[in-house]
Amino acid sequence: MAKVMEIEVNGRRCAVSYPPDTPLLYVLRDELGLTGTKYGCGEGQCGACTVLLGGAPRRSCQIPVSAAARKPITTIEGLEKEGKLHPVQQAFLDAGAFQCAYCTSGMVMSIVGLLQTNPNPKLEDIVQFLQGNVCRCGTHPRIIAAVQHAAKMIEEGAR
Amino acid sequence: MNTTKEKFIAEPERYEFSALPIHQFELQRRDFFKILGAGIAVFLVAKDALAAQETAPGSRSFHNEEPPKEITSWLHVGEDGTVTGFTGKAEMGQNIRTSISQTLADELRVPFEDVRLVMADTSLTPFDAGTFGSRTTPTMTPQFRRVAEAARNLLVGVAAKEWGVAPEGLIAADAKVTDPVSKRSLTYAELARGKTLAQNLPAEDPITPATEWKIAGKPLPKVDGRAFVTGSHNYTSDIRLKGMLYGKVLRPPSFGATLVSCDDSAAKAMSGVVVVRDGDFVGVAAPSAHEAQKALDAIRTQWKEVPQVSSKEIFSYVKNNAEPTSNERFRRQKGSVEEGLASAAERLDAIYNVAYIAHAPLEPRAAVAQFAEGKLTVWTGTQRPFANRDELASVFHMPESNVRVITPDTGAAYGGKHTSDAAVEAARLARAAGKPVKVVWTREEEFTWAYFRPAGVIEVNSGITEDGKLTAWEFHNYHSGSSGIETPYDVANQLTQYHQVPLVLRSGSYRGLAATANHFARETHMDALARLAKLDPLEFRLKNASDARLRAVLEAVTKSFAWPRKKTQVGQGFGLACGSEKGSYVAACAEVAVDRASGGVRVVHVVEAFECGAIVNPDGLRNQVVGAIIQGLGGALFEAMEFENGRIKNPHFATYRVPRFRDVPEIEAILLDRKDIPSAGAGETPIMAIAPAVGNALFDATGVRLNNLPLVPNGLRAV
Ligand code: FES
Ligand code: FES
Repeated sequence: MAKVMEIEVNGRRCAVSYPPDTPLLYVLRDELGLTGTKYGCGEGQCGACTVLLGGAPRRSCQIPVSAAARKPITTIEGLEKEGKLHPVQQAFLDAGAFQCAYCTSGMVMSIVGLLQTNPNPKLEDIVQFLQGNVCRCGTHPRIIAAVQHAAKMIEEGAR
Repeated sequence: MNTTKEKFIAEPERYEFSALPIHQFELQRRDFFKILGAGIAVFLVAKDALAAQETAPGSRSFHNEEPPKEITSWLHVGEDGTVTGFTGKAEMGQNIRTSISQTLADELRVPFEDVRLVMADTSLTPFDAGTFGSRTTPTMTPQFRRVAEAARNLLVGVAAKEWGVAPEGLIAADAKVTDPVSKRSLTYAELARGKTLAQNLPAEDPITPATEWKIAGKPLPKVDGRAFVTGSHNYTSDIRLKGMLYGKVLRPPSFGATLVSCDDSAAKAMSGVVVVRDGDFVGVAAPSAHEAQKALDAIRTQWKEVPQVSSKEIFSYVKNNAEPTSNERFRRQKGSVEEGLASAAERLDAIYNVAYIAHAPLEPRAAVAQFAEGKLTVWTGTQRPFANRDELASVFHMPESNVRVITPDTGAAYGGKHTSDAAVEAARLARAAGKPVKVVWTREEEFTWAYFRPAGVIEVNSGITEDGKLTAWEFHNYHSGSSGIETPYDVANQLTQYHQVPLVLRSGSYRGLAATANHFARETHMDALARLAKLDPLEFRLKNASDARLRAVLEAVTKSFAWPRKKTQVGQGFGLACGSEKGSYVAACAEVAVDRASGGVRVVHVVEAFECGAIVNPDGLRNQVVGAIIQGLGGALFEAMEFENGRIKNPHFATYRVPRFRDVPEIEAILLDRKDIPSAGAGETPIMAIAPAVGNALFDATGVRLNNLPLVPNGLRAV
């Protein structure tokens, strides 16, 4: 049965009415219109649906909306601040790290999460961390370059 | 209504066999200006189309001022100076939105930012057979150049008239026409203001040579990149219309199963749920995806299943079920293979097998359909919007003019989105519901009910002289297809033949089509022949190849790879492969590392040289080439559909392994820019050399010759 819940998305509190076991992905996309978060498999196998939950990257297709009610959620739409792209978004543009770009949102969110806990990841760390994100177009080398570029931008911005 | 059980005949490369659909052009010239506003417009008409038009106006007649039906591209310069190009091609990650915009800006002499492109909309863009076969760049580049050049000349003409001077001395640059004598100038916007000037032109005007390109040829970034990194681009699956329902379709338990009984009463009783039964089609639509799923789960059905071939027996099945009389169209012969084999010093015969694989685009098939005022509009991610429109019109018995198909930039296809399954399903449900319906296939549906790159068996018989020259080459491809089947090597006696086999799994186009299978067999075989001749694989190839473009990519790639390399570690191996298809050339070197104790196989390093004539956007091209290498590694190493009893056994990313970050080697792409050769497409050919290069490297590392794709689905352990 549908249940009314409050979730906090991109700093906004929203009341949603869904069965508690509905994956967060569908609530974000279908109810809140935040379609930047993508469906790629619904099985936790591709990373296209990645969002930040309480700051940590999570597969929104695997999180029941009820479990998301207690922590702030950030989606790709919430990264841009006052017209300025997040360094990871900017790095993707600079590196041309997409082809069809359907994987991009999930990659960007995963990488934002990675850089929060590991601001200076080694190549092996990046590969390990992104192993669960599929890019079927084969843009991997540029995505890795974007991570390194973003890490540098964040470091320089912090100084 | 019969979508899921559509019977295909053995046409693994469907589009090559399909006749051209009847051309149609909905938009009348008056409407054109009504929609886009006044300005300057140019339509390109193919020469033979003009001739055809004069003799056969066809049944679809238009009022006076009708534009010709075979318009293939057009262009509009608006009163604000905005340049809009129109093409029926679709953007699916190949970056043509950017590269075509570059070409337009270049030829029209306007800043790149002033150009926008309307793509793949059956009501707004010219007819197009589809986006496939690496055809966009070779057809669209010259077409849009001609259209843009004509528009430029029109603008110059307007300026000349305005100033009462001859057009010849005027200069068009930077979106302005300038008179160098009087120093007067008028912007394109000023020139287009208040005009409704249109021109048709034959497709044979001269075009600017690549050596004089200014905006084309540059590594410009993706035009709308920002929309993708912010998540604001709407793919088909992201579209939400007012009152829209979510649709799901009931799938049979196995291929070929037919519906015996169906109890949908429980689903029908659910509030807000619409159930459709139409022949074997059973589908539901509901206000949310989870309600649709619940309704679908509540439907009780019985099916009659029929025996199906399994993946374990597929190769013997393919070999034993070839059509007895092969179509002459698929047979090419030169000299006498018998004589060539008889005169050979050494002979080598081998059989190669290639498994079914899936496209698995990350955006699954999706469509949103809406019926309003007797018209049907469908948004869908497809490579063939016009074919989708035609199929929808025929399925729903509507005139084509009442059906509009729009293809938003799509989450990739790789040859996998030619059909209109999702479009028809969404439309069927929308008609019943009286509301817009969105259908997005699940990953499992995508892996099961889409279509596959066909499996195949390839037999090669060959002979060489004492000093390593080919004397005979006989090549039979069973089922997988005829693309890239012909050898680029010099051999006097040869026979190549493609044998059709009735389809086992629903099969269709795939990036590179059968060229990957045919190159795998040919280049693996060439490697084995080189060993037999005791020649270095590069030397052996060069000895048998006179095609200068093939030699050029071979030389470029081996130079950069420092071929022949000395092994410095146990389990290390190096491989080489090359080929040509669709007007472009490729050669690749691969380095592998094999741990025979664990069976672990790693591709360490790939260098690939690619040449497709004049390069329009080196950055986009590099992205495509590297992407093809990585995608090619999947099919080379481990991708294969497993099926039994008409069921796919690995319909998930967890069980169907695609290349991931850890599988990606160090990659170097060498792009040879031949400004003297017209631009060819680049979506496909770069994928072809990877599998044989890796297989040959594995042989070099282990002495084990692997003749099947995938090469090492379970690693390569010492026995
Ligand atoms: S959609 Fe969630 S991991 Fe694929
Ligand atoms: S760019 Fe297409 S899936 Fe990554």
